[in-house]
Amino acid sequence: MNAQAPLLEIEALSVTYRTARGRVDAVRDVNLSVSAGETVAIVGESGSGKSTAVHAVIRLLPGAADIASGAIRFDGIDLATAPNAVLRSVRGRRIGFVPQDPTVSLNPVQRIGTQVAEVLRVHGLADRRDAAERAVQALERAGLPDAALRARQYPHELSGGMRQRVLIAIAIAADPQLIIADEPTSALDVTVQRQILDHLDELKRERGASLLLITHDLGVAADRADRIVVMSQGRIVEEGTPEQVLRAPKHPYTRRLIAAAPGLNAHHEPPAAAAPPIVLRGRPGDPFAPRDAVVPPISGGPVLEVDALVKEFAVPGSRGAVQRAVDGVDFRIERGQTLALVGESGSGKTTTARLALRLTDPTSGTVLVDGADVTALRGSELRRLRRRVQLVQQNPYAALNPRLTIEQIISDPLIAYRLGDRARRRARAAELADVVALPSSVLHRRPSELSGGQRQRVAIARALAISPELIVLDEPVSALDVSIQHQILTLLGTIQREFALSYLFISHDLAVVRQIAHTVGVMQRGRIVESGTAQEIFDHPRTEYTRTLLDAIPGGLRIPL
Amino acid sequence: MSDTIALLPDGAQPSADGFGGTAANRFDDAVAERASHGGHAASGPRGRSWFARRPAAAASLLWLVAVIVAALAPALLAPGDPLAGVPAEHLQAPSAAHWFGTDQIGRDLYTRVVHGTSLTISAASLAVAVGVIAGSAIGLLSGFAGGRIDAVLMRAADVLLAIPGLLLSLAVITALGFGTVNVAIAVGIASVASVSRIMRAEVIKVRSSAYIEAARASGNSGARVLLRHVLPNSTGPVIALGVLELGGAILAVSALSFLGYGAPAPAPEWGALVSGGRDFLRNAWWLTTFPGLVIALTVLAANRLARGLDTERTVGS
Amino acid sequence: MSTANASRSNVARYVASRLGQAVVVLWAAYTVSFIVLYALPSDPVALKTGGDASDVTPEQLAALKATYGLDRPLVVQYALRLGGVLAGDFGASIDTGRPVSQVIGEAIPPTLQLAGLGLLIAVLTGASLAVIAMFVRSRALSAFLLGLPPLGVAIPAFWFGLILIQLFSFQLPLFPAMGDRGFASLVLPSIALALPTGAMIAQLLSKSLTAALREPYVDTARAKGAGRARIHLRHALRNAALPALTVTGLVVGQLLSGTVVTETVFSRPGIGRVTATAVQQQDIPVVQGVVLFAALVFVVVNLAVDLIYPLLDARIALTSAPRLRRRSTSASRTASPVRTEAPAPVIDAVLEEAR
Repeated sequence: MNAQAPLLEIEALSVTYRTARGRVDAVRDVNLSVSAGETVAIVGESGSGKSTAVHAVIRLLPGAADIASGAIRFDGIDLATAPNAVLRSVRGRRIGFVPQDPTVSLNPVQRIGTQVAEVLRVHGLADRRDAAERAVQALERAGLPDAALRARQYPHELSGGMRQRVLIAIAIAADPQLIIADEPTSALDVTVQRQILDHLDELKRERGASLLLITHDLGVAADRADRIVVMSQGRIVEEGTPEQVLRAPKHPYTRRLIAAAPGLNAHHEPPAAAAPPIVLRGRPGDPFAPRDAVVPPISGGPVLEVDALVKEFAVPGSRGAVQRAVDGVDFRIERGQTLALVGESGSGKTTTARLALRLTDPTSGTVLVDGADVTALRGSELRRLRRRVQLVQQNPYAALNPRLTIEQIISDPLIAYRLGDRARRRARAAELADVVALPSSVLHRRPSELSGGQRQRVAIARALAISPELIVLDEPVSALDVSIQHQILTLLGTIQREFALSYLFISHDLAVVRQIAHTVGVMQRGRIVESGTAQEIFDHPRTEYTRTLLDAIPGGLRIPL
Repeated sequence: MSDTIALLPDGAQPSADGFGGTAANRFDDAVAERASHGGHAASGPRGRSWFARRPAAAASLLWLVAVIVAALAPALLAPGDPLAGVPAEHLQAPSAAHWFGTDQIGRDLYTRVVHGTSLTISAASLAVAVGVIAGSAIGLLSGFAGGRIDAVLMRAADVLLAIPGLLLSLAVITALGFGTVNVAIAVGIASVASVSRIMRAEVIKVRSSAYIEAARASGNSGARVLLRHVLPNSTGPVIALGVLELGGAILAVSALSFLGYGAPAPAPEWGALVSGGRDFLRNAWWLTTFPGLVIALTVLAANRLARGLDTERTVGS
Repeated sequence: MSTANASRSNVARYVASRLGQAVVVLWAAYTVSFIVLYALPSDPVALKTGGDASDVTPEQLAALKATYGLDRPLVVQYALRLGGVLAGDFGASIDTGRPVSQVIGEAIPPTLQLAGLGLLIAVLTGASLAVIAMFVRSRALSAFLLGLPPLGVAIPAFWFGLILIQLFSFQLPLFPAMGDRGFASLVLPSIALALPTGAMIAQLLSKSLTAALREPYVDTARAKGAGRARIHLRHALRNAALPALTVTGLVVGQLLSGTVVTETVFSRPGIGRVTATAVQQQDIPVVQGVVLFAALVFVVVNLAVDLIYPLLDARIALTSAPRLRRRSTSASRTASPVRTEAPAPVIDAVLEEAR
């Protein structure tokens, strides 16, 4: 056999899905090869077909999917047409698979050790006792501390990062020649991501295995891969080494992806967005005021000011013990500015946002909006506050009432405050749809007919409806694709400049925040550990934690940007 | 709105349903967008081929229509007299003249079954009305109000659920006495607890949705949130639930009338017909077989329809 | 280390609190049945003496009422009867005069036989049907098998019993049509009793299995190279059986109420027959006794399930936290929150099936 022959060779692969609306080509004529010891990263957004393509390699496709044509040659076998018995002997043994979401990919009622040992047992590589020992070893190699202890535990007793290490252990336990990792870190915090990817690299090198890495993050691909393959709409649009792809992209889609990738651009100043002028009536508190009416002078103070904010939750199961989700937080947001609160999970940033909106009551501390103390407001006074502070939530798929039309959803705040009559509200809804760049045909549809990005625009339009002064955005783009993220962030920036809006922007992704934040607060365990202007935080971080977060942003490792 | 926030374990970001769009959602989006470029816009459920694609549901609907016609205008389907028997023709096997055969007094069984439809169906409908109306009201109240009221109501429901349905109905019958109406009330009361739990679960699910939080944040008053956002989304399952309950109610009503607690003879309630044929089981099998078959088919149709309605409702969201 | 002692006392507290709750439920069941039977408009004594009690003078009627204590205000009656119950006296049958506890006590063993065998048949056939239906590769066969439970649910149990008698007692004289002598007489009744319950179990389990087979951890198992049998049995079934376990109480209750019809159809002695007769005679104390018995059975079964469930599902911890939902966040930052009670919401989904 030729020493140069690739380990995995995908030839003219096409996969189609049978859906209610007819056949959809998820993968079109894809050619890809992976050599021994190589790391190949497939980059694409959702629907690009990258996940389908690698699932096809081990023939783990959903029932509605068929391999329409093509060959998948792995070490002499054509996996596309191999019988089940052959596939089963390859899966886990010669090709290891690391799935995407660690929280749901482990059997909740089986111990960790058993699940790792299962790989060995299924392929007859060890008896019961042996397999248990080798399972612990695999866990150690995958970087799980206290492996022997963890092996006896159940998945729910482990954190997400630990569970992902378990999944890696499962993938490598039988010493496979090829490891396929499907977005192995996208469900994890940035700092943990880096550790996991480091570990995968190491494992790969020590065993001489190849790694086929799927990711939506071009930065991750740039850091880790020997070769990058860019997919879009089921086809490969670009291929090459990281230098080639990032420095000299040939395909327009690649160029768009590079421009939109937050991680790659995190260390730059965001480019000044050339946006078309938006026409929207209203001034804070009065959405129907004509645009060029004389604006009464507003107080010069901050829109939102928060002092010594604390929120405690009772701990379940114990009596009286409390946990401080927010532990003494202060910040202010000036008019027309964006404050980004960044932190990993459990940092308290979401709770802080909800406190600012008075969706929950603080245990102690004060919240001031426009200088007025709103900490203890209730009832109709609280409702009056809501005219000035609005919310955009994280999950666009759940944030819109499924039974209402888009027009009804957007004008809901107007109806809530009994502003304007039907005709004016209708006109306003149309205006708002324009502002968020949605076609007017959307107004008569229902949320289920819209995509995630479109739904999030509707949520933004709804937040703008009564011309608030401050919008709280709780991870508004984390559920969206990279290029859509970029569009939404650009839109938010434009709107802010046009209407002097302030934003409280919550995010776990420091890179995303660069594009939109004036000031940044880094949160950890309920406190703001560092705050400052965006430039200060990114260029001259003062605390260890901030530096860790910055370092963990993928995209800076190999290619100096 | 509750104070509950799921703080996720170290190192895990929210990616599963409920916090961020899942990968499945995003994939669906992209697939859907591409599919819509090729195909036509999705036709709603009233497309021409709706029934053709669902033969079982269509057949169920047809059967139920026939049953309703039999209940409302039995003479249309069986012009004879259910109470009049020709003694000479007693205990005749099914034939062209008597589709279901005749009973011991020579009454045509088919006619009796058709005329008994209204008794059974109206009792079952009344039972469903009692159960669904009372149960929904309690469930909605419990789900809306939360707190103490919810705890008390659900405790009560738990206690009622500790007593099996039929036994509870029997207790009510013991107290109220026999007769079709009493049977209906007894069966209805026995289903209140479970209906209220189902409605409450639905309300709670809706109440904790993101769009309800958004409605609050948009400045809606509490009342408006309830009326405009929570209520319309909570009442979805009621219709499917009602139809499903109808199937169960028909079974319960006919069981009670089989045991003799329904309308007195010679009323041709389905259960009573089966009971009447018991003495002739050995040599007149048709007397028990046909009424029971009709009961089974009707319940089957109702359950099938309920499942179909439920699927339509959840698929369209 | 004191953790062992701590966990032992935790278990003790848990059991004690569940017992306490069980007692409360029983008391509540008693109160509910009292309200239904005694507070609703009806007069058991008048009924006993016949519809038109024209030959009974008002004095005799009043004397009868006094004998049964029905002339006192409701609250007093309640207190007295409850007191009696706590002392073990469940009243006497209006019809026969015998103590209710005796009437029911005698009826338990035959019903236990019938219900026990019925439960066995229901669980075995229902579960096997669900597992096989999901396991076979042929879609046609799977669809056929999955089409059976809806039939089973729709067929009236009383009718099914009669059909069984007709086919297997009359046409093919294999089993006796009535009575309770010998094992042969147990066969047909238990099959008849098992039908609706077995169908419900099959529906529930197949729904659970379908959901479990869609879970991502099944894909992980497939990616390991696991075969179909391993995936279905070790992964999917193991998870799917858990929600099914939570409805054991409902299942047993359904079987118990099913005996009313089945014992009548097959002329067997037992709780069902006792109930049917009591309702016929409007014998309130006996009916109440049966209701209490059913509640007791339900509570005991649920208690057993509550104790066993945490052993099977490591996510549920044995704590003494009562069933009130707490508003709180997860305690530890390194592990997901541990639930403190068996999943109740499943019951709501199940109730939709358990008609």
